[in-house]
Amino acid sequence: MGRYIARRLLWVVLVVVLVTFFTFVIFFVIPPIDPAILFAGRAPSERLIAQVREAFGLDQPFWVQYGLFLKRIFLGDEYGWPGFGLSFVTRSPIREQFLDRTFVTAQLAIGGAVVWLVLGIFIGITSALKRGQWQDRVSMGFALFGVSAPVFWLGLMALYIFWEKLHWLPGTGYVPLSEDPSQWFLHFLLPWVVLALLFAAFYARMVRGSLLESFGQDWMRTARAKGLSERKVVYKHGLRASLTPVVSMFGVDLGTLLGGAIITETVFNLPGLGTYVVRSVQSGDIPVIMDVVVFAGLAVALMSLIADILYAMLDPRVRYS
Amino acid sequence: MTTPSTPPSTPDPHAGHTPLLRVTGVKKYFAVTRGIVFQKKVGNVQAVDGVDLEIYPGETVGLVGETGCGKTTLARVITKLHEPTAGKLELDGEDYTHYSRTRMRPLRRKMQIIFQDPYASLNPRKTVGSIIGDPYRIHKTAPKHQVKAEVQQLMELVGLNPEHYNRYPHEFSGGQRQRIGVARALALTPQLIVCDEPVSALDVSIQAQILNLLGDLQREFRLTYLFIAHDLSVVRHVSNRVVVMYLGKVAEIAPQAELYRNPKHPYTGTLLSAVPIPDPDRAQTKNRIILQGDVPSPIDPPAGCRFHPRCPKAQLPRCRDEIPELREMGAGHLAACHFPLTGPDDLRARTDEIPAAG
Amino acid sequence: MSATTPARGETLLEVRDLRVHFPTVDGLVRAVDGISFEIRRGEVLGVVGESGSGKSVSFLTIMGLITSRQAQITGEVIFKGRDLLKLPVDEMRHIRGKEMSMVFQDPMTSLHPMYRVGAQIAEAVLAHEKVTKKAAAARAVEMLRKVGIAKPEEGARRYPHQFSGGMRQRAMIAMALVLDPDLLIADEPTTALDVTVQAQILDLIDRLKTEFHAAVAIITHDLGVVAEHCDTIHVMYAGKIAEAGRGREMFYSSRHPYTWGLLQSIPRLDAEGSQRLNPIKGLPPSLIFVPPGCAFHPRCPYVMDVCRTVVPTLQTAPGAHPSACHLSDAEKVRIFEEKVLQRS
Repeated sequence: MGRYIARRLLWVVLVVVLVTFFTFVIFFVIPPIDPAILFAGRAPSERLIAQVREAFGLDQPFWVQYGLFLKRIFLGDEYGWPGFGLSFVTRSPIREQFLDRTFVTAQLAIGGAVVWLVLGIFIGITSALKRGQWQDRVSMGFALFGVSAPVFWLGLMALYIFWEKLHWLPGTGYVPLSEDPSQWFLHFLLPWVVLALLFAAFYARMVRGSLLESFGQDWMRTARAKGLSERKVVYKHGLRASLTPVVSMFGVDLGTLLGGAIITETVFNLPGLGTYVVRSVQSGDIPVIMDVVVFAGLAVALMSLIADILYAMLDPRVRYS
Repeated sequence: MTTPSTPPSTPDPHAGHTPLLRVTGVKKYFAVTRGIVFQKKVGNVQAVDGVDLEIYPGETVGLVGETGCGKTTLARVITKLHEPTAGKLELDGEDYTHYSRTRMRPLRRKMQIIFQDPYASLNPRKTVGSIIGDPYRIHKTAPKHQVKAEVQQLMELVGLNPEHYNRYPHEFSGGQRQRIGVARALALTPQLIVCDEPVSALDVSIQAQILNLLGDLQREFRLTYLFIAHDLSVVRHVSNRVVVMYLGKVAEIAPQAELYRNPKHPYTGTLLSAVPIPDPDRAQTKNRIILQGDVPSPIDPPAGCRFHPRCPKAQLPRCRDEIPELREMGAGHLAACHFPLTGPDDLRARTDEIPAAG
Repeated sequence: MSATTPARGETLLEVRDLRVHFPTVDGLVRAVDGISFEIRRGEVLGVVGESGSGKSVSFLTIMGLITSRQAQITGEVIFKGRDLLKLPVDEMRHIRGKEMSMVFQDPMTSLHPMYRVGAQIAEAVLAHEKVTKKAAAARAVEMLRKVGIAKPEEGARRYPHQFSGGMRQRAMIAMALVLDPDLLIADEPTTALDVTVQAQILDLIDRLKTEFHAAVAIITHDLGVVAEHCDTIHVMYAGKIAEAGRGREMFYSSRHPYTWGLLQSIPRLDAEGSQRLNPIKGLPPSLIFVPPGCAFHPRCPYVMDVCRTVVPTLQTAPGAHPSACHLSDAEKVRIFEEKVLQRS
């Protein structure tokens, strides 16, 4: 198992290096417009541009800049650790805003993840057990709907129905938990459900398929032949074997979301990483964009690693090969 | 109904003839790698570890052995589906050991293979006519407009209805699919056909039909077969000579009747005693040798004679320290053993109660 | 053992006119079409047939692994005095694995890949008896020792993929016997194994049968296996029993053309010279469109007019064993001696 984890960790390192490298290249090497000019503001003078360039180290050779970039991220800069740098737009350290926004996105992502896991697995199991019957058809119909409906449409419809028409829920926006727990929950409810719907649909289909495949396996027959209760057969034997693909997908899905659930955040006006990065793209705030890109890449890599470890814990064949 | 099909056994009928296939010192190792970043080779699966074999025109050589003995790997190496790690391969005098795929092509007209699993070895998206006709098209042995006629002729020959030319494999039964495989192998009128467990996946009654078919075709087209199987009864039935393999090496080679009547290698003896005979009385009197344990892994084979840890006749230290060479034990009868069996009843069962596994 | 343990030699299982039909899109598959037989304590029954004969389906139904949810089942399966087909699901579950257990063909896939071997065996114990986890684990280790796994404590902690095929089959046997069942059903237990391992496993079953006073049913297509290990033999064809008899009767005075066909089509290790095999002509029948009359008649070299219309039932002529064939007993004996015996 140790060897398995060690190998995965090395891949994570490699991914991080590649992500940072390509990010850097995309933003500093390729653009036709000198970033210094972008930062310097409107109609900058030559001298201002030169000053900016020096301040940001843009006159240094490519490798030095890249090295500084990496150093800044992993070792911190003058504004704290990790080093997120200075925003081109606000002229203030990115760090605090970044962390705040990450916190919001994390709440959205994790809450949604819990919902979609529970919903997806439950529906998947029901479908598999009642294969061909109405429960199965309804569930798969729901899955088709969830997979096809665009998130923004779902979000807007949900707001329209539950907020505008029925007044059951408060509207968009974010209320911190410490401020008002019930409002926090109510404001997050719709975003969680809308976000989860899409994923729940995927997971329901996957669990159903995986479980049905397990049902056909010889070892299921052995479990029944031993006289185990049907409950044990389905959950202890069948589900356990069916969970491995779920775990793999979950790692990547959650990791991706942690990098910013752009559409959901926008529709529900949540101050998360998604809306942050969109705004930064529109205003050309390059350091923020770079930071989000690196963070997102890291999130996916690490979550994949955790998913892989969980997979190995579930399936011993992977450990001992 | 009871026409014997083998010539009476004579002392080495092949003396002086040139073999159709000659395999010398062939080895096939698969690397086992370990490592986190860089895969380092830590060992080898010694699937085939030095095999010498000669097959003469017109005969059927049976190749028999259990899991891990290397018979399938050997078949793949002979037909160049795997590259040999060492050794020499000669077909009709031509050394093809290092031939590239292109150079192998003309040779494939002389040497064909029939596979075990009739359900997996036919492309499900191609019609039968296409499957059997492809060899003609690939090797351009028949003009396009004539291919269909040839294919239908072949289909009839193997007992298939030529009107099913446009059907797909899934529309046929297992036995019929195997016939398709046979037809495909015959399309180029090869000299040598390697049959890799051609009847193992078939029901008993169908098995008999296919075996008869193979026998008939051999007589009609003067074919030579290398017949690989794990079922000793089947191998006995079809072969002129039999090769027994164990863990990558040849344990014994002998003419069919000789091997079954008078085995020299203790492994052959135990193998024969383990085969269930459909005759209750003979079953009672049979000398039953129950081997201990499972076949060891070809990654880490035992030292010296590979069979020695399980052999009822092994004597240390010789069997562990010295690898036995294939030696002549009689006319055309070779065995690799330091203490070959002296007679059919030479083996004694090991006295442990229940054989320990693992 | 339960309170209703029959005495030695008494009938453990009695099957009466069992039929198992599967409704499918193509039609009704008559997998088992009226079989009746008995198994006594201490007996080893061999059920021989090719694919499609119904041999596996009949025992899967007896075990309750095929239920009325999947198939139309009629008839009676009386095990230790109770008709299993009429039992509620829960009660059947108590019997399955404990009083009657089954070993399957492919040991590679018959064990759950993600749980340790010992745990899977202990699970069987815990499902049926109120013992502590530790006690169940200990019994699992003990069974592994009994089936010949060296260092059973270590073996119990391993996962199935770390075992070889022979060891896995032993573990399956351990799991089937750990609760001391009265009937062990082995469905092609050695088909996927090497011949020397096969010998070990069959030998093991022989010994354990005696030790556990169990009855054994071995389902196989291999006539050699039944010749060497079985007291009674049934030959099945197209969902029915063609012939049923003691071992010697089956081989030395067999009375059904299908059995003759089987005997003539297998190459024998002890045959002198390689004579041409005598295969049964044609293909196994469809179980949806079963031939009328005797299901074997399209392939039978001795077919008569009556065979095409009247279904033969298992008849026992005086001095003979039951066979389902319209030929007269005298004819059967004559044909067997002329055509079949002279071959070997």
